[in-house]
This record gives sequence, C-alpha cells and structure tokens, in this order.
Amino acid sequence: MSALTATRRRRAGALLRDLVARPSGAIGVALVVAHALMALFSPWLVPYDYKAMEATITLAEPSAAHWLGTDHLGRDVLTRVMLGGREALVITGIATPVAMLWGGLAGIWLGLRGGWPDEVAMRLVDAFLALPGILPLLVLITVFGTGGEVLLPTLAFFFGIPVIRVARAAAHEVVARDFVAAARARGHAPLDIVRREILPNVTDTLLVEGAMRWSWMLLGFSALSFLGFGVAPPRPDWGLMISDARVYMSLAPWGVIAPVLALSTLIIGINLTADALAGALGLDRGRKAVI
Amino acid sequence: MSAAAPLIDIRKLCVGFRGRAGTILPVLHEVDLSVCRGESLGIVGESGSGKSTLALAAMGYLRPGLQKLAGAVLFDGQEMFDRPAAELARIRGGKLGLIPQNSGQALTPTLRIGAQIAEALRLHCDHDPATHRARACDLLEQVRLPEPEAILRRYPHELSGGQQQRVAIAMALAGEPDALLLDEPTTGLDVTTQAHILDLLRDLARARSMAMVYVSHDLGVIARVCDRVQVLYAGETVLTGPARAVLRAPAHPYTAALLAAIPRLGERTLPRALGGRPPGPDEPREGCAFAPRCALATGACRAARPDMAEAPDGQAARCLFPGAAPSRDAGHAAPACPADSPCVLRVVDLSVRHARPGWHMRLRGRVPPATVAGVTFDLRRGETLGLVGESGSGKSTILRALAGLLPPASGEIVPGDGTRLAGAVERRRPQDLRRIQMIFQNPDASLNPRHTIAEILAQPLRLYFGLTGQALAARAEELLATVRLGAECLDRRPGQLSGGEKQRVAVARALAADPEVVLCDEITSALDVSVQAAVLDLLNDLKARRGMAFVFVSHDLAVVRALSDRVAVLYQGRLCETGPAAAVHGAPSHPYTAALLGAALAPDPDHVPRLLAEDAVDPGPPARGCPFQRRCPVRRGAICETDTPPAREAAPGHLIRCHIPLHELCATAPG
Repeated sequence: MSALTATRRRRAGALLRDLVARPSGAIGVALVVAHALMALFSPWLVPYDYKAMEATITLAEPSAAHWLGTDHLGRDVLTRVMLGGREALVITGIATPVAMLWGGLAGIWLGLRGGWPDEVAMRLVDAFLALPGILPLLVLITVFGTGGEVLLPTLAFFFGIPVIRVARAAAHEVVARDFVAAARARGHAPLDIVRREILPNVTDTLLVEGAMRWSWMLLGFSALSFLGFGVAPPRPDWGLMISDARVYMSLAPWGVIAPVLALSTLIIGINLTADALAGALGLDRGRKAVI
Repeated sequence: MSAAAPLIDIRKLCVGFRGRAGTILPVLHEVDLSVCRGESLGIVGESGSGKSTLALAAMGYLRPGLQKLAGAVLFDGQEMFDRPAAELARIRGGKLGLIPQNSGQALTPTLRIGAQIAEALRLHCDHDPATHRARACDLLEQVRLPEPEAILRRYPHELSGGQQQRVAIAMALAGEPDALLLDEPTTGLDVTTQAHILDLLRDLARARSMAMVYVSHDLGVIARVCDRVQVLYAGETVLTGPARAVLRAPAHPYTAALLAAIPRLGERTLPRALGGRPPGPDEPREGCAFAPRCALATGACRAARPDMAEAPDGQAARCLFPGAAPSRDAGHAAPACPADSPCVLRVVDLSVRHARPGWHMRLRGRVPPATVAGVTFDLRRGETLGLVGESGSGKSTILRALAGLLPPASGEIVPGDGTRLAGAVERRRPQDLRRIQMIFQNPDASLNPRHTIAEILAQPLRLYFGLTGQALAARAEELLATVRLGAECLDRRPGQLSGGEKQRVAVARALAADPEVVLCDEITSALDVSVQAAVLDLLNDLKARRGMAFVFVSHDLAVVRALSDRVAVLYQGRLCETGPAAAVHGAPSHPYTAALLGAALAPDPDHVPRLLAEDAVDPGPPARGCPFQRRCPVRRGAICETDTPPAREAAPGHLIRCHIPLHELCATAPG
C-alpha cells in the first residue's frame, strides 16, 4: 500500500526532527555524522600517507607540519587517527544489523513459542552472559584467525546473544495481548503474526537496543585490536594505535590521547543518540520500557 | 437535607491542565458539591466527565499535571488545599477515608492483612498498640467478614475480590472517618458480591452517620446507596437532586438519555443509544456542553452556557428547559430468531482444561476437575445465545475454546456443514476459520496500536478473500459504513478513536470475514452505557439483516436479556440452566440463576436486590456433585455433594440442572 509507506516515511521524518530537537540527540547525531563523514572522505583529506615513516622525527611533538605529532615510527598521528575508525565502523556497521536481526528474530520466536525451547535457549543465554564478553571472542579468533571475514561473523554472533533476551522480553509482553490472540484466531501463519503484529510493537525497543549494541561492539572491536587480534598493522586502527603508543605515553601522550578521544567521541555520540531515540520513541531506559 | 453546615463543601471548583500549546484546558468547570453528615451523595458521569478528579479534589489531592485554578474545597469548614502536608496526611485516611476501585492493588501484597490494618490504626488512632489486634478483629466483623482471626493472618492474594474490598473498607473505618469517598468500589466485582458490599456500605454509613461521596458510572448502584445525586457531564454539574427524583423524572435531558440507555432486567427491549460524544477539554465550548447531542437544543442553548435552574421535585438542572426532557420511552425489541433456521454451530459435551495435568498428578489419581465440563448447546442461524455467569464461571474459556485458542480436552465442536472442527486453530481448515470470528472485551488490547484502521481491516480481507488495492480499500470503507463509522477513520490509529469507536472497528474486523458465528467476549463491559447501547443496537441489526449468529458472553443479566434469544447460565464451568431468554428470566429457576437475578441492580430507587447466595468465591469446581453446592441457599443435603444434578425440562428447550423437583423450584424463584 503506497499510503502506508508514505505514513511510514512521514513517521521517520517526524522521529528525526524529534530526535534532533533534544539536546542529547542533537549532540549525539552531530558526533556520529561527523565520524561517518570523516570515515567516508578521510582518504582524500589526510595530509600524509599513513604508512610513510620518517626515522628522523619519531615521537615528535605537535607542530605546524604534524598537528598531532608523530608516533614511534615517525608516522603522522593525525593521518592515522583520521583513518583509524574506518575498518571499525565498516565491520561493526555491518555486524550490528546482522546481530540485531538474528538475535531479534530468535528472541521474538522464543517469546511467541514459549515452552521448553524457550526455557532451554534462555538458560543457554544466561550461561553465556555469565562469561566475560571478550573471552569467547578470543577463543574463536584463535581458532579461525583474524581478519574481517572472521571478525564480522564472530562479532555478529556474540553480540546477538544479549539481543535475544531483550527481544524476547519485548515480544513476551506483546504476545500476551489480545490482538495477537485475534490474529491467531483468524488463522494467520506464525510468520505473518510476527511480521504484522509483533514486529511493529518491538521495533522501537530493538532500535534503541541496536544503537547501544553498536557502541558496545565498537568497544569490543577496539579491545580486540588493542590485544593484537583485530586490524593487522600497518593499517591504522584506534585500538591498535592506543596499544602501540601507550609504551611511550610519558614521552608522547598525544599518541594515546588522540585515538582515545576519537573512539570516545564516537561512542559517546552513539550513546547520546540512543538515549534521545529512546526518549523520542517514548521508551525511557531509566524507567521500565513501555511499548 | 439537614440544616447543619456541610462537612465537605466544594465551591465553584475549577481544575485544569496545561495543554501542548501552553493554554490551560479545563477538566472541572465551576463545580459545586456539598455533603452533610449522615448524607450520601452519588456522583454520576461517563468516563472523562471528571467525577474521579472531583472526588480526589475533595481530599485536597489532584493527579500530577492537574492544577487547581479557582474555587474552594472545604472540609469541616477549612480549605483543604491550604493545609500543610502533615495535616493533610492526618486527615486523609483518618477523618476522610477513601475506598478505591481496585483494592487488590491498593493493598500491599507482601504484608498480612493484620499488619496493614494495624498500620492504619497506628497512624490514625491513639489506641494502645496492645489492643490493635482486637480492634482489627472488631473492624473485620463490622464489614461482615467471617472468621476475622483467620483473615488477619492472610495475604491479600489469598482473599477474593469482594473480601479485599471489605478489608479496604475496614481500613478506611480504622480512622473512624466522618466522611468516606468511594471511587467505583464495586465496579470490578460480581453482581452477588456487589449487592452485599452495597448493603454493607449503606448500613455502615447510617450506623456511624458518616457522609458518603459515591462515585460511579452505574446508576443502579447509585439508586441503591445514595440519597442525593449529582450528574457530571464534560466537567460540569448538569443536574443535582434527590436520588428518587433524578432516577424517576430527571430534569436534564442528558440524564434522561443516560437512563434510557440502560438495559432493564424486566424488559425485552433494546436500550436507546445516545449519539455523539461529550466535548473534550481541548474543544472550544459555547453554550450548553450537551447541546450538540440534545434533542431539545435550540439556538439559545448553543449561544450561552445555561445556569443551574430550579426544577421539579427539588432538582436543579443546568438547562434552559428543565424538566422538559421526555420520560423514558420503550426502546424497540430485538428481532427474534425464526424457529426454522438451520443450525450453524453445535457444541457437544465440551470440556476445557487450562493446564494439562502432569504425569505425577495422573499417577496419584489427583487430576483436578476441568475448568469447563459438559457444555452442550446448539446455535442457529440468526440466533443470539447469551452466556451468563460470574467471574471464573468459564464463559470466556468456552469462547476461547470455540475460537481454537484453547484446544478443548474433550467434546465436539461442529459447524453448520456437519464436519467436526479441529480443536487447535492451527489445524482448522481455512473455510472453518472464516466462519467463526471473535470480538474481544477490550478494544485497546485487541487492536494493534501500531496499525491504522485501514491496515487492521485489511488483514482479514487479505487473508480470507485475497483482496488487494482498490477492491480492498472499497471493502474496508464499506465495512466501516456498516458499523456507522466514516471513511475518514481509515487513516487513523486506534489511539485516536474513542472507546466506542474502537469497539466498532473491532466489530467491523470480525464482519470482514463474513462469518456465520461471532463470539462476543464481554464486548460492552469496557464501554459507557450510552456507547454500549449503540454497540448492542449494531449487533442486533447485523443479526436481523445478515442472519449472523452470536454467542454473547456477559456478566450483565440485563444486557443478555435485551439481546439474546436463548440464555445459558454457567457456574464454575458447568451449565446450570439453559433455555429461551424469557423462560430463564422467569420461574422456575435454578437456585444460582435466582441468586444472580435477585442480586442484579436496576436504576430504580424502589428496586431492592434479594441476597440469596453467599458472596464468597469457591477455590475451584468441586470434584463431584452439583457445582453450586457450596453456595446454594436451598441445598438438599448429601445428594448435592455426591450426584451430578439431572437436567430437567421445565418447558420445551428449557433445561434446569438441579436435584430439587421443578414444582418446588417455582416456590423459591422470583415470580
């Protein structure tokens, strides 16, 4: 129905306006957009080649030539910070929707199905959540090796597990309502019920959850890089840069501060956006989530 | 009215909230109210009329967001809103008691009843703490709870709804109040329980010479407990007067219309619906607020807001023509179902369990009795079958089983073509699914709030008829017209419609399937009486014109009487009595039917309910014998506990399941 898509588009527009009208939303969206633009256009904007080493000016202080100084190999820090978010953003940017999709669908299905599959799956999720997050990631990466083609599915898988729990809780509340019973009584197929009756009532919760998951995943990715399992040198990455530069922190603090600032502004931006999104959608994360 | 100064005196109270645009929107508009000691005042109005706001304002409380704009609220001669918080806390629950609608939620679930009553005593009395237990027992006896010592040790969830309400009354009495505010205290209760509680409240108010302010939407309740009535409409007082006069010959056309919209037990006619809806706080008002819906309205009514005018029998009405309202005329009768119409649904020996008994229960032979058992009935084309019973009688369970949402444990469901229907909805054939449609109690829950009305109506049309595009839109519009809604509703969401409009959309969605049988689960109980009348009218129209058959579940005997061709009375999932509506409502009656009919209220000051059955709620159906054995006032002894009562035919098609012979039942039943 074209009228329906039009209403949807109107709703999305209104939501964006509402989002930007909130102070946290305006700051958050500005930060995220700035980072996205930077990642998109940085190859044409950077002053130097990110691989170019200059042995004469290792650990140089910020100057007119090198605004953020150089690292221990004499590479320009500004160039590497500008480029350092690209891989993280691309991989988490794809892995987050994948995680939301599979975790969300699994959670909704469990909420609708109930019974023993629900019990078993939720206990497994509980058991997984009891482990420190980075541990299972490290195990998989040691087995399958690093690189985007391993990192992306691994992150998507592990960050989807907590989503199951959120989606199931949201779906559970909707499933108990009479409009789902009405749809069942009419004889709609289960997939139809999920798509038409349940999804529209849980997308808001999942949207906010997705934004939160994204920031967690960025942190996770940076942590892997920091530990040497993420992006392979010499390609620039914030986690890797922090790891490399922390040895020289007393000599060249800018080498650590710059990538930390870049990473934290992005994560703060995402979190602020998620908060404002929750407010604009009428889901208060401080209080109980209402649908 | 006594000459003494009123205890609660509200003068020209205006309450409002700040709207989106920053303007103040009024909720109460210059409302006066006064109650003396020993007097009981009923505040009547439909949802949104401001009656609860007014009652809470009498306690010096306004819900968050509301603000007092003008006027005075005096209790015992002193302004409530000027008092310091500590003093207010002492008065509330002390001299001024409140009994809320749902006391199950007002009681703390983690504390025993004894502790909660003791708390009320500690806060509001100077008695010696050592006497609290005896005092609490005494209070529970005053509210006629049997075995008060045992009740004190229980937690709220271990009590029935009626018992919880009695405990709430006892707690209000602990502060030895001068005035009681009651906010729909019996609305969620069964008729027999309600009648007992109302009796109790009346007697308490008389014995203690308390002032009572009783808020209700139910004129039947008001008729039972109140001396004086004040009718609110859209935040204004439109009528005040002695209860008898207001209920017999209301001087304001709104009250007359409200009375006409209430179905009466003794009559087999449909109530008259009142069209339109009251203006919201955000709508500009010129003239009389009721003028747009009033049959008597003239240009003068629309020009200026009328003042309160003296009317006959001590009434005062905000009307230019007080007393001119036509007296209640008979509504039109529901069309009867032709005797030769074919059967569209046959239910044979249906039994339903909510939980399948586990293997350990079956091994030990301790299988609990089924929630619903032995239910048998036929439904013919164009017939309405009313299923009546108190909460927990299994009415809704039967509907859910028929709809396939709760597969029956045994029994047969046979649609018109004679094939047996599968229990679970997933295993039914598509053509069978289309034939049976269900409408739910609360349209807020049964309509997906995220969909537009167009999308809601499109779902059955796509599923059953594969309609798309222009044909789909045209059919959806047609359906809306059938339920008397305009096409402009198509783009709205349920949240933008009123309660009655939402329920009509739910009816339209059921009609979309072009069903043979429509299952109605208490579909008017969440609606105001004026709206209820319109929905009932609509159902009857569909029945007459399209030959649809309805299974209409309700706890309201008068509604069932007005609508049904045949009635089945259920108690704890078992049929007590089935038969033509007139026969079931007349003699002879099953003792349970007699108890239900006797306890029903009517908006008539001379109607006195007869309290036959105890109002306690049984833990579950008994394993053997008559389901009504524990509460039956005319029990015959051992046979009732051991043998299932036989079905005796009092008249063709009128079955009564009781051990007492029919000629003796005639003597016990109301004439």
